[in-house]
Amino acid sequence: MSATSAAALFRRRRLKSVLWIGACGIFATAVAVILLLIMGYIVREGISAISIPFLTRLPRPTGISGGGVANGIVGTLIIVGIAALMAFPVGVLVGTYVAVYGHRRMSQWLSFLADVLAGVPSIAIGIYAYTLLVEPFRHFSAFSASFAFAVLMIPLVIRATEGAISIVPRELREAATALGAPEARVVLKILVVAARPGIITGLLLSLARVTGETAPLLFTAFGSQYWELRPGQPMAELSLQIFTYAISPYADWHAQAWGGALILILAVFVLSVLARLSVLFGREGRGHGGTA
Amino acid sequence: MTEQAIAASATPRPGAGSRKLRQAERVGSAIFVGMLRGSCWLFLLIVLGLAAELIWGARLSLRKFGIGFLWSTQWNPVTEQFGAAPFIYGTVVTSVIALALAAIVGVMAAIYLAEFAPRRVGAYLGLLIELLAAVPSIVYGLWGLFVLAPIVANWIGPALQSVLGFLPFFQGTIYGVNVLTAAFILTLMIIPTITAITRDLIVAIPMRFREAALALGATPWEMAVKVVLPSVRRGIIGASMLAFGRALGETIAATMVIGNRPVISASLFAPGYTIASVIANEFTEATSDLYLSALIELGLILLVVSILVIGMGRLMVRLLIR
Repeated sequence: MSATSAAALFRRRRLKSVLWIGACGIFATAVAVILLLIMGYIVREGISAISIPFLTRLPRPTGISGGGVANGIVGTLIIVGIAALMAFPVGVLVGTYVAVYGHRRMSQWLSFLADVLAGVPSIAIGIYAYTLLVEPFRHFSAFSASFAFAVLMIPLVIRATEGAISIVPRELREAATALGAPEARVVLKILVVAARPGIITGLLLSLARVTGETAPLLFTAFGSQYWELRPGQPMAELSLQIFTYAISPYADWHAQAWGGALILILAVFVLSVLARLSVLFGREGRGHGGTA
Repeated sequence: MTEQAIAASATPRPGAGSRKLRQAERVGSAIFVGMLRGSCWLFLLIVLGLAAELIWGARLSLRKFGIGFLWSTQWNPVTEQFGAAPFIYGTVVTSVIALALAAIVGVMAAIYLAEFAPRRVGAYLGLLIELLAAVPSIVYGLWGLFVLAPIVANWIGPALQSVLGFLPFFQGTIYGVNVLTAAFILTLMIIPTITAITRDLIVAIPMRFREAALALGATPWEMAVKVVLPSVRRGIIGASMLAFGRALGETIAATMVIGNRPVISASLFAPGYTIASVIANEFTEATSDLYLSALIELGLILLVVSILVIGMGRLMVRLLIR
């Protein structure tokens, strides 16, 4: 009697297990399938919009064919490039400080603030860039967009640098210090060099994070119909163009929006994959260095 | 100058070097440490500047409407009556629905990928989902507007209404761009974050825990729920808070699919508005100082809420340690 009920209980538990695992499998498959369908849809719609003129020409009014997003692509590169020039040094230096002097109260505060800043919505940071760099000058500018992007990137670079340096074996640092190397050289030549793959990963991921970010651009870079390469002026930007085209009522602009979205996805994927490769190659390189 | 100094300091033979060299070394060190410190102060300045600029920019609105700004439902640029309630409502409803759906689906998907999927499949799908976490929100917004919104209007909406139509949430005209569509898009956007982080955490759990559970007679599912999940629950809470913060502040995708109408309506099929999307839509059109100030105050609310969410996440994680 008790033996059969135990067997029944076991069967029920096993059935429950199988069912739940099946449900998990269905969810996992559904998530993967839906996300892949989204990407597939964008690739399909995007490819038919992308052409040489699309990549090399300026936007044209709706109804006139042959318009492109060349100024938006260049604008994205300029805005993200200037942002990187501002964010990389600050982020790496602060991250290094936090990792090297981790025990200090200042470091714990910086680390906490980096966490907080990483979670602040980009639109709020856009307002910050607006009140700081647009309002006083009375006109929109690409530089203010770069500033907003830099503020978005800095916490990511800090976290990545801090993480990469803190996993460098302590013995390396102690050995260098014991040999009489001054602090700056220990940090620069030992810690930062050993942590380089992780830091580069962080830099690339921070680039991926802001490429395609649209919200802060609405009132910083603002967008432009023309070739505009001066950072002090309003500038076209790819994701901004996608947004404008998408919410317009014109079918030919919608098609261009898909084309732009495909370019953005490709750019972000390339950055993300490079970020992962950087860690892989970095690890291999260090391995060889160790055996040599 | 700095690089020269560092280059000088990098010359070998520190002990036997001439006095000049050692001095250069010391100067280089001092400059380097100075740069580290300086950038830390710069970072602090940037962060404090963010809070200060938003508070300063919102001062007109703060003074005029006071705390009542939070629950006033008026949003009328013509009469200059501004209240945040419709936007707060829209933001909270979309984000809470998104978090609830994404946490359940995301964690279950992660369990499957990490524990039960064939090793190869789990690894590849995990990598894929990690990549998808980086897809820009404008892309999701575009898809949501042209593909998901019609699906919600023609299929999902009517289906929900026929089954759950007795609830006030599922009554009324079904629009394509509505609160539910926005919630769905946010769900799709934050699932990769939750799944990717949770999967990483589960994969890192030592195999012997699982072996012990199975040896004691646990079924695979009991092992997953009673051994694996409890040891990563802190990480899951952290990931969920991260995702919740993203959903609260998500701007472009929400703007494209929520319908942008500042009303509070019980029905999820009606258009709504979020804090971030009203800022995105109206910021450049704000004609008066008070209007702009009210929009900046909305940004300030977002800032405060995101800090609270992060703080809450940290607190919950800390409480769970004990």
